[in-house]
Amino acid sequence: METGATFWIASAVKVIAIVLGLVNLGALLLWVERRQSAMIQDRMGPNRANLQIGGLNIRAAGLLHSAADGIKMLWKEDFTPPGADKFLYHLAPVISLVPPLCLFAVIPFGPSVYWANRAQVFGSEAWNTTTGFIPLQIAMPDSGILVVFALASSGVLGAALAGSSSDNKFSLMGGLRAASQMVSYEVTMGFSVVGAFMVYQTVRLEQMVQWQVDHAWGIFTQPLAFLLFFTAAVAETKRVPFDAPEGESEIVAGYFTEYQPMKMGMFALGELVEVMTSSALLTTIFLGGWQFPFLKLDGFHLEMFGVAKPILMSHLTVVVISAITFALKVAILALLQMQIRWTLPRFRYDQIMKLGWRILLPLSLGNILVTGIVLLFING
Amino acid sequence: MAGTIVIKKPKRTLADQSYVVEITKGLGVTLKHFFKNFGQMVTGTRPDVTKFNYEDGVATLQYPEEKKPYPRRFRGVHRLTKRSNGEARCTACLMCSTACPAQCIFIKPGEYPEGHPSRGHERYAVEFVIDELRCIFCGFCVEACPVDAIRMDTGIHMTALDNRADFIFDKEKLMSFPSQDGDFETSNTRVEPGDKAHHGITREQGH
Ligand code: SF4
Ligand code: SF4
Repeated sequence: METGATFWIASAVKVIAIVLGLVNLGALLLWVERRQSAMIQDRMGPNRANLQIGGLNIRAAGLLHSAADGIKMLWKEDFTPPGADKFLYHLAPVISLVPPLCLFAVIPFGPSVYWANRAQVFGSEAWNTTTGFIPLQIAMPDSGILVVFALASSGVLGAALAGSSSDNKFSLMGGLRAASQMVSYEVTMGFSVVGAFMVYQTVRLEQMVQWQVDHAWGIFTQPLAFLLFFTAAVAETKRVPFDAPEGESEIVAGYFTEYQPMKMGMFALGELVEVMTSSALLTTIFLGGWQFPFLKLDGFHLEMFGVAKPILMSHLTVVVISAITFALKVAILALLQMQIRWTLPRFRYDQIMKLGWRILLPLSLGNILVTGIVLLFING
Repeated sequence: MAGTIVIKKPKRTLADQSYVVEITKGLGVTLKHFFKNFGQMVTGTRPDVTKFNYEDGVATLQYPEEKKPYPRRFRGVHRLTKRSNGEARCTACLMCSTACPAQCIFIKPGEYPEGHPSRGHERYAVEFVIDELRCIFCGFCVEACPVDAIRMDTGIHMTALDNRADFIFDKEKLMSFPSQDGDFETSNTRVEPGDKAHHGITREQGH
């Protein structure tokens, strides 16, 4: 990795791009969710937000509704309940939005961009070089996925604090539900990727991707873990079918009952960003990250289909294709999560707990055991 | 026990209990709807919602760009029907304003001038005002009218207007609406005083 000025400039660009990208994609996802749910339910969905420029009416298929929502939220009264704990009450929405954003820092969204040591790129030394490349990843800590878990589990604080600080019984109930649900599924989430660590022999996300590029995607080596992690990730986002913390038919709006538009918007945005980060994590750990099938660092290798010669491409082309591939995989997973959200009804609270502790947890432990035994046999 | 019907609990297979298969089936249903509707929206082939049909597809009516036609007997804005000579049919009997539960009809009756064939037989409405904002569109006025002078067959949906004064429809305005068929009169025949079929009894003579 570069050091000095290049490093700082590259990092700043990456951070700004990721943060702005995520926040804006969150708004886009809101639109996707609205129109997608409408299509599922044989409706039209919101499409009437209108921008009038002269005689021109711009509706942009309802995209403007997200902007209109933002404007509306800004202009609504910001009321703090008199009995609330002021500090924690204002802190909670920030806590629930920032960790999912930070989480993206350790996720590689493309292969490293090399400009020096080009010869090494295609050699075996490629991944051990220390200079002359910029990784498409903001931070590459040794702790890798442990950072992800640390940040993901701090997300629970947002909901719990919101519930306890707003001086409302429904909020408190919602906060309690959110806390217990997220803590329970955190356990499964952690255990389900242990199998993946064992296969990849690393906790660093960029190395996990590299292993999958070299061998096989995680979904093929760890199919059960994928399923468990996916379920737990959906539960972590507190969305249907795991939306008991905000079950509107039972406890008004759960932990953000007492929050006014802009802060409620932060909770909602945090939720949508979480959808994207969990999709990105799933992509990275189980779906080969930024790898496009059969695309190696120098182009397509289709020996499997009888094409003997690889289709060569420039390094930059490969990087761009890979980054787009990553975005596409994330988008598909996010859409799948949306689809699930509009397909399933809400689980009852005790069912959530039962599913978490009595089914998913033993399964994830069993997965670790089986993976261990298989690895023992393979490695002798 | 004799006569007892034992209902067996349905057996749940492992596939049912694992929930994965059922979720996949459910996703199949929603995905089918999604792609079908999405395809129809993009290609512009969604079923015509302004007609009565039972086809699958987006069922939203994009009012006011799309409208369902109202049935023939829809109660729309009132109209005052005309005689063959172009005057209003109304005889200012006040039946409609009496029947009106919303009390939104105001009629100022007047006598025909001396020498007019109708004088003594009937009166006419000098002013005839309906406050369409107060009207509940019950149709009682139409039922009450003995001479078919007021009708609600214009097929016009009362729209929102900008200020309250615009909702006060006077006689001239009420007479300016045709029926759905473009007719200002009605198919009911009218016998004018002086006609051969007219009974010839005036109000002064009593009944
Ligand atoms: S429709 Fe009913 S409320 Fe309206 S003017 Fe006639 S009688 Fe009155
Ligand atoms: S009931 Fe008919 S004739 Fe009598 S005042 Fe009303 S509109 Fe005129």
